[in-house]
Amino acid sequence: MHQEFLMGNAAIARGAIAAGLNLVCGYPGTPSTEVLETAAKVNQGSLYVEWSVNEKAALELGAGAAYCGARSMVTMKQVGLNVASDPLMSLAYIGVKGGMVILVADDPGPISSQTEQDTRSFAAYSKLPCFDPSSVQEAYDMIGDAFAYSEKYHTPVLFRPTTRVCHGYASVTVKDEDEYAVNKPEGFVKDSSKWVIFPRLSYQAHMIIEARNVELQHVFSQYAHNVLTPAKAAGCRKGIVSHGISETYVQEALAGKDAPRLLKIATPFPFPEDLALEFLQGLDEVLCIEELDPVIERELTYLCGKHHLNVNIRGKLTHDVKNAGENTCASVAANIADFLGWDLPKPEPADAPPALPVRPPVLCAGCPHRASFYAVKQAMKGKKAVFCGDIGCYTLGNAMPLDMVDTCLCMGAGVNITQGIGKIEPDTTCFAFVGDSTFFASAITGAVNAVYNQAEMTLVVLDNSTTAMTGHQPHPGTGRTMMGQVVDKVSIEAVLKGVGVKTVETVNPLHLEEAVETVKRVAAEPGVKAIIFKSPCAVLIKPEQPAVIDPEKCTQCKRCIKQLGCPGIVVQEGKVTIEHSLCTGCGLCTQVCPFHAISTGGTN
Amino acid sequence: MQTNILICGVGGQGIVLTSKLIAATAMANKIPVMSAETIGMAQKGGSVFSFLRLGDDLHCPMFPEKSADIIIGFEPAEAVRMLPYLKEGGSMVLNTHPIMPVTAALSGSDYTGREMVQYLEQHVQHLMTVDGDAACRALGSPKVLNMIMLGLAIRQNVIPFSIDEIEATMKATVKPQFVELNSKALRYEA
Repeated sequence: MHQEFLMGNAAIARGAIAAGLNLVCGYPGTPSTEVLETAAKVNQGSLYVEWSVNEKAALELGAGAAYCGARSMVTMKQVGLNVASDPLMSLAYIGVKGGMVILVADDPGPISSQTEQDTRSFAAYSKLPCFDPSSVQEAYDMIGDAFAYSEKYHTPVLFRPTTRVCHGYASVTVKDEDEYAVNKPEGFVKDSSKWVIFPRLSYQAHMIIEARNVELQHVFSQYAHNVLTPAKAAGCRKGIVSHGISETYVQEALAGKDAPRLLKIATPFPFPEDLALEFLQGLDEVLCIEELDPVIERELTYLCGKHHLNVNIRGKLTHDVKNAGENTCASVAANIADFLGWDLPKPEPADAPPALPVRPPVLCAGCPHRASFYAVKQAMKGKKAVFCGDIGCYTLGNAMPLDMVDTCLCMGAGVNITQGIGKIEPDTTCFAFVGDSTFFASAITGAVNAVYNQAEMTLVVLDNSTTAMTGHQPHPGTGRTMMGQVVDKVSIEAVLKGVGVKTVETVNPLHLEEAVETVKRVAAEPGVKAIIFKSPCAVLIKPEQPAVIDPEKCTQCKRCIKQLGCPGIVVQEGKVTIEHSLCTGCGLCTQVCPFHAISTGGTN
Repeated sequence: MQTNILICGVGGQGIVLTSKLIAATAMANKIPVMSAETIGMAQKGGSVFSFLRLGDDLHCPMFPEKSADIIIGFEPAEAVRMLPYLKEGGSMVLNTHPIMPVTAALSGSDYTGREMVQYLEQHVQHLMTVDGDAACRALGSPKVLNMIMLGLAIRQNVIPFSIDEIEATMKATVKPQFVELNSKALRYEA
């Protein structure tokens, strides 16, 4: 054992490797991404690591490995589990041989997600055991337990940290390498009565699952990370129950105070009923402090009914705790003060600070997406057009002045939404924008749908040759794998032509005139057609010399700023100026200036 | 004994590395440490913060308002934004050089940072200011702002390490050719 300062996601990867992990795969998504990245970084060759094309592919791959007796882990964010839910629901019935952990990072807030869905609820729905760590250390310790339970009960298990655990750092006690478990997979043993799902098998499996989950309610009541702490306050008939990072906020709020009886739930499903009953015994009132769904609150309310206990269960359902957004130290301290009738010191009215500048996220200086959106905007000027966006950096194309994202729903949705709009509004020119990684993850079926069903639309692929939003992961179009191999790139153009898109044009969006002409020409064609805007992510390339403004020619019309909204162009002392620390010399503004006052290439 | 440190500024100022150096120094001194910071979208010019806690009996990496022993403010408006976290009588080290929001040119904002510095002068008991831009120019590199800020923060005698201890961690972290420059920055006198 030794101490290291680790991010929660790194601790999960390291804990899994210490537990004898053989294979890890997943799809990038905040806040889960660093788990797989850490595994790849510390891999000494014995572990197979891959970014799969999407979460469904990853979960199926992980299942195959676990069928062989391997210990496998599949990583994703919470909305990724929606994509993987088809194999998940069936795999729950089939089960596994080797330990299989499905790591799903939830995002209360949400800070960088479309939904505030709770994987603990997904666990109950899929009937799969679920582990919910409260800290970086607990994440490290519990991931090994998750593998052990998975193997013992032949079932995949869910492991669901939230953002603050995933992205928190702490000094943690970790195993030395000679303490690591080694798992040698037996290999796939053919048995169609086990691995081939049929209604009869599912019926039998369903009965086994229900019996197992009753057993796990008892087993988890003894689990070391489900903790009942007796009251410090004498005669107090109140209790507080919590989970995940919120449990540490409870500890923080009660430090040095007369705490009531406390319960921490680290296995929300199957719910540790025996332990919960022991907690409820003799209490009048319980406050449930949870993030996302009131999972524990519902379980306790149910238990009180089942056992005729006269205990008031309070929380989100009783509006004592807010039912959306993330908890904080302050919100939890206020909830507890209300519940226990404590007076919190009232904040003294402070002098109002001066108005603070807002810093909304924007497309980077030199981002090729800005050029792509601008080219389409120029080409469609005055026309009735709709621009369906998707998930990625390019969602930021919605901001002013570009204002080029009319819809955004979930990965790959834009390509189908634009078809739906086109069927109802045939006079609208329909566009769908999708990034290269999102194209491979979930837009190909949409393209096939469009071709087959005779849609009228233009698919715009914003190909920056990386998965930029989540920190530049490789994908099928990049020709690199997480095992360090250089492989053949999958061509987006060839895929589109292969599924029947007849017109596919590739153009550099930073060549503005050519890009605008291409959009005009392609959009005017009938049927399904595609434009691939190809230019690398500005963060990944060595910047060119910054652009230069000729003060003689610049009239301060600010057209460059008003049209492009590039952070590399600023106003200093009333004058339009290039911010040298940000400008990448992409040259887009030089093509927008009506007075040819901006130039690149170090010339004036 | 716990020390709560809050570092704040704008993406790209080297805040995360500053936080890592303090944490690594704590580890070297066998002091338990936890931290939490903004990750992701921040690289696109957003507000960035890092909460750091050193000491025993740590529960969570984020601490409540009025709990920071010191705020290391890399940007005036960001320091004002996070001021509610400073405890009564806490210290602040402030870079007075403002960073315009990337949208300022578009919205016609007249933010200069001066009103922020004035507000902090009125509301922070132990305030140490430095013009980070001028300091970087004096040292000949725009990349040493974080070391200048860290060095000044250590000299407030709130963080339980010496400059030498921080320097030792820095030497193990940065490329050899940058050690001398960073050492100078750590010892920069405002």
